[in-house]
Amino acid sequence: MTETVTTTATTPTPHPEFPMARASGCPFDPPPALREQRNGEPVSRVRLWDGSNPWLITRHDQVRALLGDPRISADPTRPGYPHRDAGAKARAETRQTFITMDDPGHARLRRMVTAPFAIKKVEAMRPAIQKIVDDLLDTMLAAPGPVDLVEAFALPLPSLVICELLGVPYDKHDFFQKHTKVLVRRNGDPQEVIAASEALIDYLQGLLADKLAEPGDDILSDLATKRVATGELTAREAAEMGSLLLAAGHETTANMIALGTVALLQHPDQLALLRDSDDPKLIAATVEELLRYLTIVHSGRLRVALEDIEVGGVTLRAGDGVICATDIANRDPELFADPDRLDLTRDARRHVAFGFGVHQCLGQPLARVELQVVYSTLYRRIPTLALAAGVDELRFKHDGVIYGVYELPVTW
Amino acid sequence: MRVKVDQPKCVASGQCVLAAPAVFDQDDDGIVRILVDRPEAAHHEDVKESVAVCPAAAIWVEEEE
Repeated sequence: MTETVTTTATTPTPHPEFPMARASGCPFDPPPALREQRNGEPVSRVRLWDGSNPWLITRHDQVRALLGDPRISADPTRPGYPHRDAGAKARAETRQTFITMDDPGHARLRRMVTAPFAIKKVEAMRPAIQKIVDDLLDTMLAAPGPVDLVEAFALPLPSLVICELLGVPYDKHDFFQKHTKVLVRRNGDPQEVIAASEALIDYLQGLLADKLAEPGDDILSDLATKRVATGELTAREAAEMGSLLLAAGHETTANMIALGTVALLQHPDQLALLRDSDDPKLIAATVEELLRYLTIVHSGRLRVALEDIEVGGVTLRAGDGVICATDIANRDPELFADPDRLDLTRDARRHVAFGFGVHQCLGQPLARVELQVVYSTLYRRIPTLALAAGVDELRFKHDGVIYGVYELPVTW
Repeated sequence: MRVKVDQPKCVASGQCVLAAPAVFDQDDDGIVRILVDRPEAAHHEDVKESVAVCPAAAIWVEEEE
């Protein structure tokens, strides 16, 4: 496909391609083109891999309004939905979980798994999470440095926690971490994506059958005995739900731990604030600020308009794809003063790093507690923690659905 | 100030409990419950924050004379 560069009254300027690239040397900042978009036309068309032209929404207030609008759908099987790549498009046809459904179906399924994520239940897990953190750090410190913080700490913590909650044996972690990685890679081969997705679902379906025979105190046992046995869910639906929780519990928190560590080490004044404080309020604020600043779900929240919707003087038509760019929304100067500065003392609670609307992250209370325990323990326990490689040598997950670093060599 | 909630809309994010623990709680499934529907003035700011951060627009306040 070729395009002429000559602009005349009859050749419209081509829409910018999405996703856009980050600036080299600015690994924490959203792509400069995204910022220009927000400063210029905050609601405008972009061009995706398949040539489609969904709307890009960049302002914080408009992102929140749209994600909370019932006239917009999260169902990727609807025409006009802006698929992120061919693999995601292929996978959308093969499974339906609450994350890809609209209400009332979404609400019905989501409520089946909200109980373990209630604030008090998650708070009750804090000592167990602290124990896992302490044990992982003991093991890590016993090894001669440098070590890869991702492998030794950032990934095992959320993995152990979500396995415990779901009732998945952690000794199978090589198996499900391998498949989970395929699912969060952008531009994966569609066949490979479907194979990984089906392998996880098959595995969980087997586990659900075991739980039915011998239930424990975990989410899969609950789904098996209260939902599958009663006919409320099919075994496949329950396995899809389990697979969603397993995958979501892995890549997100792990990347927040590793990338958050890189960000803090690059901002020693902020790291010192955190290390010298045992105020739970500062620790909680640190988590919110790092969520805002890093916005690791960096490829936007994808939707399709069900009706005509007016946004900032522009009319999105029914059937138009919509991408809510939560990363640039979280740098909106209208809401966050000096938004590009990492400031652990600011009130960042209104960030949209977990999304907004009915699909806002189910696991957020758990993620918050895990990150609070990590950020309040890791740097105090290892005050000399330092990168064992230059920041420019790190492999950032530009090609991932979730942003982060592939490895994080550290020393102390 | 009078606090109102719409439980069927709630998605159990627990944000209200974090912002205003004296005013909101959750049932066993994480669904919002009101502890005090006419909170003291000292809690009004927290309640407003809960309204602002609730992703499902399940909480609102009615100002009273």
